Amino acid sequence: MVTAVTSLGRSGLSDWVIQRVTALVLLAYLVFIVLAVFACDLSYTEWKGLFEQTWVRVFSVAALLSTAMHAWIGLWCISTDYLISRVLRIKFNDAVAARANYYRWAFQAASAIVLFTYVVWGFQILWS
Amino acid sequence: MTVNDKRPVNLDLGSIDMPLPALVSITHRVTGLLLVAGVAVLLWLLDASLASEESFSAIQALTSSFFCKLIIWLVLAALIYHTVAGIKHLINDMGVGETLEAGVASAKAVLVVSLVLIVLMGALIW
Repeated sequence: MVTAVTSLGRSGLSDWVIQRVTALVLLAYLVFIVLAVFACDLSYTEWKGLFEQTWVRVFSVAALLSTAMHAWIGLWCISTDYLISRVLRIKFNDAVAARANYYRWAFQAASAIVLFTYVVWGFQILWS
Repeated sequence: MTVNDKRPVNLDLGSIDMPLPALVSITHRVTGLLLVAGVAVLLWLLDASLASEESFSAIQALTSSFFCKLIIWLVLAALIYHTVAGIKHLINDMGVGETLEAGVASAKAVLVVSLVLIVLMGALIW
């Protein structure tokens, strides 16, 4: 069995649920942002004031963390679907296929760095 | 494993003529991948819009350039498609529309609804 040591929830069922719960959080946040953009006439004072409210910051952090988790699960699925020896042998050759694990781990490491950067950047934006 | 080795195996997805639901599904995946980069654009917009009055107006000035508008529109287009296809997914998860006919019909619905919203978004941006 392929070990799922790099999956977010360490189990397919857990990842499945996390993917859907985070999707709902992001959907709610998207609706909120759309309403906010239309409601506040795109003036700086109103926009800034909105993001100074605690509940908006909390909601934004929830969306930020949901984005990172949702993206990690999605990227993990992509990497474990395509960056495997069976697929790389068909698309490229045996030599590339032999290095499949390294490509997949490199992809996952890069994904983790990018998503972690987004989380830190997001916190900086919301609390500065 | 007791698998008959002579069994034909085709793992080359590119060689399979994909039906519409499959195309809608793979586009959901592709837009998801694009959005990982798109999040950087959205965070940059949020950052500049909140940092100061000057950066807020700088964003408004910058977003009057065609290239800038195009990038924002592409990111939002990916977001719209991914969201609409995602909502279809959530509805399917509740056991709704699992027949072949419903699958094709909902795939068409995803394309039509997201296309309309993407065009409307384009009109809003320009």
